[in-house]
Amino acid sequence: MSDPMMEIRASFFVECEELLESLFDALQELSEGASDAENINVAFRAVHSIKGGAGAFSLDDLVEFAHHFETAMDEVRSGRLETDEDLIALFFRCGDILSDLVHASRDEVDIDRGGIDPVVSELKAAVGENGGEGGDDKGRDETPDFVPMTIDLSDLSGVDEPDVDFDFGSPPDLEVQVPDAPEAAAPRLRVRFKPEPELYESGNEPRSLIRSLADFGPCKTEIEFDPPSSLLPLDPPQTRLGWTIEIETKADPSAVEEVFEFADGLCELSVERIGPAPAETETLPEPSAAEEETAPAPPRTSEPREQSDVQSSPPGPKPSPRQRAAKKTAAAPSATVRVDLDRIDRLVNLVGELVINQAMLSQSVVEADLPSNSPIGSGLDEFLQLTRDIQESVMMIRAQPVKSLFQRMSRIVRESSSALGKRVRLVTEGETTEIDKTVIERLADPLTHMIRNAVDHGIESSEERLSVGKPEEGEVRLTALHRSGRVVIEITDDGGGIDRARVRRIAEEKGLISADANLTDSEIDQLLFMPGFSTAAEVSNLSGRGVGMDVVKNAITSLGGRISIHSAAGKGTTFSISLPLTLAVLDGMVVSVENETLVVPLSAIAETLTLRAEDNRRLGPRTSVVLVRESFVPLLDLGVELGYRDPKSSYGGSIALLIGQEDGSKAALVVDSIEDQRQVVIKGLQDSYGHVPGVAAATILGDGQIALILDPTDLVQSATGHSRAAILQEAG
Amino acid sequence: MTISVLAVDDSRTMRDMITLALRDEGFDIHLAEDGEHGLEVLESLAPDVIITDINMPRLDGFGFIDAVRDRGESRHTPILVLTTESSPELKARARDAGATGWIVKSFAQDKLIRALRMVAG
Repeated sequence: MSDPMMEIRASFFVECEELLESLFDALQELSEGASDAENINVAFRAVHSIKGGAGAFSLDDLVEFAHHFETAMDEVRSGRLETDEDLIALFFRCGDILSDLVHASRDEVDIDRGGIDPVVSELKAAVGENGGEGGDDKGRDETPDFVPMTIDLSDLSGVDEPDVDFDFGSPPDLEVQVPDAPEAAAPRLRVRFKPEPELYESGNEPRSLIRSLADFGPCKTEIEFDPPSSLLPLDPPQTRLGWTIEIETKADPSAVEEVFEFADGLCELSVERIGPAPAETETLPEPSAAEEETAPAPPRTSEPREQSDVQSSPPGPKPSPRQRAAKKTAAAPSATVRVDLDRIDRLVNLVGELVINQAMLSQSVVEADLPSNSPIGSGLDEFLQLTRDIQESVMMIRAQPVKSLFQRMSRIVRESSSALGKRVRLVTEGETTEIDKTVIERLADPLTHMIRNAVDHGIESSEERLSVGKPEEGEVRLTALHRSGRVVIEITDDGGGIDRARVRRIAEEKGLISADANLTDSEIDQLLFMPGFSTAAEVSNLSGRGVGMDVVKNAITSLGGRISIHSAAGKGTTFSISLPLTLAVLDGMVVSVENETLVVPLSAIAETLTLRAEDNRRLGPRTSVVLVRESFVPLLDLGVELGYRDPKSSYGGSIALLIGQEDGSKAALVVDSIEDQRQVVIKGLQDSYGHVPGVAAATILGDGQIALILDPTDLVQSATGHSRAAILQEAG
Repeated sequence: MTISVLAVDDSRTMRDMITLALRDEGFDIHLAEDGEHGLEVLESLAPDVIITDINMPRLDGFGFIDAVRDRGESRHTPILVLTTESSPELKARARDAGATGWIVKSFAQDKLIRALRMVAG
């Protein structure tokens, strides 16, 4: 059973992520003033379900915290506690802790209790102050009222089970005879059981209850029948029947009472020991003679039902089930299937093979030189279309909404704004925009860093904001949208904008630019992305503070993405990240250099040029620039960069790809010819070769040839020296 | 004899746990994700016993039991409530709604099977 349990455990943690997501959604709605009671219900249920599952895996810390959290929310739910800004803020912090605990439990690491205990105290205080007496007499004490059922009856079931079948049609003197049972000598329990009418209504079955007693040992049963005075008002579930059962067993009376647990309050029940005590206690003298005279112990009944009604009626009006059902219907059971990611990746790979195969087939058909109206040609066109559709559908499987990512950012805003003593809220848009799962995962760190930056450097202090007539509370806006086949994520703050004079000064101090460099606003903004610009020492962990934007940029570029800045003084700054929908295919330009076929991602190419000899200037033995629309850009010969040949003396007439860098700078990449423009399936190289500078991946072309997919940005960067400042200085 | 069970719980983990606990023990398991869904399933299924959670979206456990008891066919179907809390208050409320018995999460497998066999007769 251990293996499936591990699977369920894993799926529990997946479910926890979904529950945390709906928790934060609901809290967000509440914080925006939505007074719909369903929100607090959703939040409550999320925490409650986490607690339930955590209990099943004995994750005690998680259970305990979830319990405190849930208790406070229950107070709100039942109307005993009013929500205000402080309470919602507390709930958000609790959500953060809950999420930490979930992750700590999942990864089986310890968590610092220092952060938790004060919050638990706050929760208790919130419940205590406002919950009043109502909260106290419900038994909400220090320890959670959460007692897993631990009674283990398995050691009792070894007793031979007589094959009894109680049948209500049997004559009243029905007995289960126990052969050879020396009655007087054996320890026995006498059970008197008389159901109330309600027992029948609750779905409990006396027959099943009595039959369960046979698990304890041989039974002897007598039926009491209380005949009605008249047959006419004969109503089956009346208290006409009772049973007395003698069980030969050493079991404790409490174990037998356990069987009647569900019937508690719905029957008269007494369990007493007759005959000698079980072996362990045999030394104790037992007045067996007096026993029969002793009046049976007062029956363990049963507060009457009405009374328990009164005690248990919940505080506040209880909506009828139909009202509740009619309420805003939360998500209906969604028709989803969970699939192992490995299987999807396998499918993605197979589709990749299919695409390659299709391309090879197309090529063979072309080479066969068939007439243009041949049926093979049109069949192939259809095949091409189908392949493309299949490919898109398969990629969609890997796509996920960015919502979970955005929710993590909301925590970053809460934490960093409170650490800085600023008031900042996060507004998210386009949370349902879908993007490849891997991209989402790898975006988390760069986005975290950018959001922190926005709160820290973007948004001004409260005083500053008020003095320029802005609302005290700053706003960071996180938006996702589809734009021309890519996903664009924007991080916008309504702060003071980039202080370009300061950025310039820092860059000068650090020797990144010369004091007399003539830079446009956008070039100054680009300085933020330069290695070495960040004021703090570089740390490898991206999510740590003090990491430069250059690391952020590299992370985005490695996903095939681009990043750009727009900033307006006094109005704020926007960072735009544009990403491919998938990492598995890309639109590429197939080029050839020295008879080698290479693929350049189309997203990196700004335009293609035919160079003129007079525009080409040589700056050094291996350094050339070329004049492109009135400005010089570095000229790189791909054949030279890849070590295929020596630099040519002149590049007049050569074909070049103008590579647009994210910083707006450009470089011309010389190739011998452009072969084709097509979608290629990406085959990772890193598993086999590690990172090769200038090379992103490989692909298989239609003719079966393997071609490298270049990373032009990386290529240009490593070729043009270590920092872009050099280019700016040279060219500027 | 195979006992057919309808388990209603909005938590996938709990549904998985119930399935795991019962699948090799001669139970025929049917699952529903909340009370409304449970009622839909009951349109075409007459289980020997029903297990239900309390806190669920759309229609919670109390409402579900209520509705099950209102239906002619399932009036006497035993219903076990799966609860996280063992408070007498909760048991009384479940009882009022018409529940047959209750199992406290986290249940031990043998405990669940024993209870199901008992109420299913």
